[in-house]
Amino acid sequence: MAGHSNFETNNPLIKWVETRLPIFGLMQSQAMDFPTPKNLNYWWTFGGILTFCLAVQIVVGIVLAMHYTPHVDMAFGSVEHIMRNVNYGWMLRYIHATGGSMFFIAVYIHMFRGMYYGSYKEPRELLWILGVVILLVMMATAFLGYVLPWGQMSFWGAKVITSLFSAVPLVGEDLVVWLWGGFSVDNPTLNRFYSLHYLLPFVLVGVVFLHIWALHVTGNNNPTGISVKSEQDTISFHPYYTMKDAFAMALFVLVFAFFVFYKPNYLGHPINYQEADPLVTPEHIVPEWYFLPFYAILRSIPHKLLGVIAMFASIFVLVILPWLDTSRVRSARYRPIFKQFFWLLVIDCVILGFVGANPPEGTWLLVGQIGTAYYFLHFLVIIPLLGLIETPKPRPTSISQAVLDANKGKGGGADAVPSAQAAE
Amino acid sequence: MAVSDTAEPTRRDFLFIATGAVGAVGAAAVAWPLVSQMNPDASVRALASIEVDVSALAEGQSITIKWRGNPVFIRYRTAAEIEEARSVSIDDLPDRLARNANVSESADASDINRTATGREEIIVMMGVCTHLGCVPLGEQGEFGGWYCPCHGSHYDTAGRIRKGPAPENLPVPAFEFVGDNIIKIG
Ligand code: HEM
Ligand code: FES
Repeated sequence: MAGHSNFETNNPLIKWVETRLPIFGLMQSQAMDFPTPKNLNYWWTFGGILTFCLAVQIVVGIVLAMHYTPHVDMAFGSVEHIMRNVNYGWMLRYIHATGGSMFFIAVYIHMFRGMYYGSYKEPRELLWILGVVILLVMMATAFLGYVLPWGQMSFWGAKVITSLFSAVPLVGEDLVVWLWGGFSVDNPTLNRFYSLHYLLPFVLVGVVFLHIWALHVTGNNNPTGISVKSEQDTISFHPYYTMKDAFAMALFVLVFAFFVFYKPNYLGHPINYQEADPLVTPEHIVPEWYFLPFYAILRSIPHKLLGVIAMFASIFVLVILPWLDTSRVRSARYRPIFKQFFWLLVIDCVILGFVGANPPEGTWLLVGQIGTAYYFLHFLVIIPLLGLIETPKPRPTSISQAVLDANKGKGGGADAVPSAQAAE
Repeated sequence: MAVSDTAEPTRRDFLFIATGAVGAVGAAAVAWPLVSQMNPDASVRALASIEVDVSALAEGQSITIKWRGNPVFIRYRTAAEIEEARSVSIDDLPDRLARNANVSESADASDINRTATGREEIIVMMGVCTHLGCVPLGEQGEFGGWYCPCHGSHYDTAGRIRKGPAPENLPVPAFEFVGDNIIKIG
């Protein structure tokens, strides 16, 4: 963290507070003067966007909770009541439901950004791991929230996902009954899911705080992946990045608003407007789009326990990514082979998404199996090997040098003209 | 600071250990109710049994009833279905256990062991796929029994898993005939 703050003020009230709780100094050093690499591009705006998404979900969620009833006989009706009777209820619910999707779009971009520019590498391993924890808590929150409207997909999604735990050896069956509070997904399940759906976003706030704290210890990575070497490499967070973040956020909100007002149900499933029926499973059980790649991995392995293990492993592998990557060069800009494999991984995840949306038969099953194998191959074999065999391109001596080179090359239009100078 | 290993335990040592022990036991004693409250409560556990009249059930018909929040299938099987179920060798089954709460746990998955003695045409079992809990569809799938559309599990006419990700046969709940045509489940 930047050293002691040099906060000064003439306002006696602020002074009085500051000597007792130095919160204004903290804000100034961490949110305004904070030295930030001067070459951050728009992929760096998603952290701010994510914080915004969390705030939106919490504010709108608390308001929805004023009208929602967590009981199997009334939940579905109370959501319809929100849609039809509550003032602006339709808008609030559409913001919350679409907000979940927007949150995941942002988090996936944010994570792929981290992979492309090597932001998970030393010294930011813990920052990255906290990010993976945030992803897991977000997934749990979204899953629990989706159960609340008590539609057909809510119910059957809940049943299938909680049943995953029955694969646990020995205690599996008891564990599932414990999760349900009964012999199937029922009223006790809905009640506890509501309680936890309300709780977890606040846990997220706590983990996000740690995530940002860790960020402010190491400082930002940047598109060159080269560490900050002098004050010349940085600019203050405010006004430069507050402005850039705000601009990106405004564009993001436009996309968000487009979905809320013009395509509110595009990202959902029509069958969730049919009330839950414990005796009839819908023909296709499909999770929300943001879970599809993981669902595809689960189903591509025709063994209950191994399928569940593979699904959890696909996220856990991200935790150990900092130690799987043997290359010391962070940014893909200077790693020509890694760059290609990065895009292959993105394509693989998209393909797995399509597989997850389709029945696990014939060609889809085969594609899913190949996609799953490739996913693990990328992290467990390709990434460790690349660091050993790839020759990175020469890197500029500093961030400032990279910026100057890029400006020089403006006429030619090249993004990052590799400097002829020696590597760092 | 000079501390010798042979010194008598002090009052501080005693208080430290005593407080720690009380704290640990207390924390465990409070943690257990917090965990246990999530298990099925008394009202859920009280929904023990129901009775079903199957006199209207004709050959080739099925009904689905709800017991403890889950579907239960009751099917009056056709002669062909029974014939088919009996012709299968136990060795060809992925799950060779009967999974029938009314017979011994180690009984094999023969058709007889999956049905009620004397009323082998009637099969009673949970309509809950042993993979991830979906409700299988009747008279479908490659074995003419049940087919679970969620992830493609095929069950035969005795409700035994034959193909797909489900690991076990559809479980037969505890039940008995309390009258000629009355089945008591649970
Ligand atoms: C991480 C933040 C959150 C995420 C990702 C999230 C996600 C979701 C999702 C996907 C739904 C189902 C929407 C639908 O299909 O109708 C939902 C419903 C709901 N959520 Fe959240 N939520 C979050 C935070 C909160 C908070 C903080 C509260 C309350 C304090 C809350 C209260 C509710 C309520 C009452 C519903 C049911 C009404 C409805 O279905 O629209 N949520 N949530
Ligand atoms: S739940 Fe039946 S096959 Fe998965």
